[in-house]
Amino acid sequence: MPTHQSSTPPRRYALQSLFGPGQDGMVSHTPHAAHLGIRVVETGPGFGVCALPFREELIGDPRRRVIFGGAITTLIDHASGLAVACAVEELTAIATIDLRVDYLRAAQPDVELYARSDCYRLTRNVAFVRAVAYERTADDPFASALGTFMLGANRSDSPFERLVRAKEGGGE
Amino acid sequence: MNRIVDAIPYARFLGVEVERNDGALECVLPFRHEIVGNPALPAVHGGVLGAFLELTALLHLLDDSSSERVPKPITFSVDYLRPTGPLTTRARAEIFKLGRRIANVRVVAWQDDRSRPVVAGNGKFLLS
Repeated sequence: MPTHQSSTPPRRYALQSLFGPGQDGMVSHTPHAAHLGIRVVETGPGFGVCALPFREELIGDPRRRVIFGGAITTLIDHASGLAVACAVEELTAIATIDLRVDYLRAAQPDVELYARSDCYRLTRNVAFVRAVAYERTADDPFASALGTFMLGANRSDSPFERLVRAKEGGGE
Repeated sequence: MNRIVDAIPYARFLGVEVERNDGALECVLPFRHEIVGNPALPAVHGGVLGAFLELTALLHLLDDSSSERVPKPITFSVDYLRPTGPLTTRARAEIFKLGRRIANVRVVAWQDDRSRPVVAGNGKFLLS
């Protein structure tokens, strides 16, 4: 008999100690995210929510005052990498394999934009994510996306490792 | 063409420049700290590379048409092929199909060696 509800058995998450709302400090290690003003709004098992404040510099179409699609790609890519980091049991380097963004409608100008990404499948080497971007609620997105990420992509430290060490070691 | 780049705030934000080499429009993304994703490598942020490809596709379409109206992206997909380093990234676009309403554009970007692309993209734009 097929069942149509998802059930996730409890397990360990590498970033468990950082789960919850208000994780602003999680972007400080990524120069471009900090430059854009991206904030981590919330994290949890296998998901991440990021916010991008509206700025005139991010406009792609001056006539309509719409944010450039690529800035939304960056917001979604960032939330998606975060979702994968929030899904793995052990921290590892994460690299984007591919990302497809569908622009469902123009994003509203002059308001903060959000992206929520969910890692819906994790294998030994590859993580699969889906994401939406919205102004007010995830039920009314202006963009949706699908992405795949490679795990253990390189030998560099995961940027999250230092954060977890600081948290679990009782602060910086 | 640089006049169009100046008219797009986001292009200035990324620091993108436009050149014309062998008759083709080539977009240039100089490396700087502000576009880094992972400082340990250091690699350019994946989102920046996607945005750079999308911008290249858009500028190519604007260059190719007489309209000043910015085409609207419908969908854009990016394949990350190789790790990037702290180097200048260059990209060229090609219109695969120019319809009456939709343009299908492919873009490839490389760093030091054009035969070793670092990212490739494909986008569909609504022409208005």
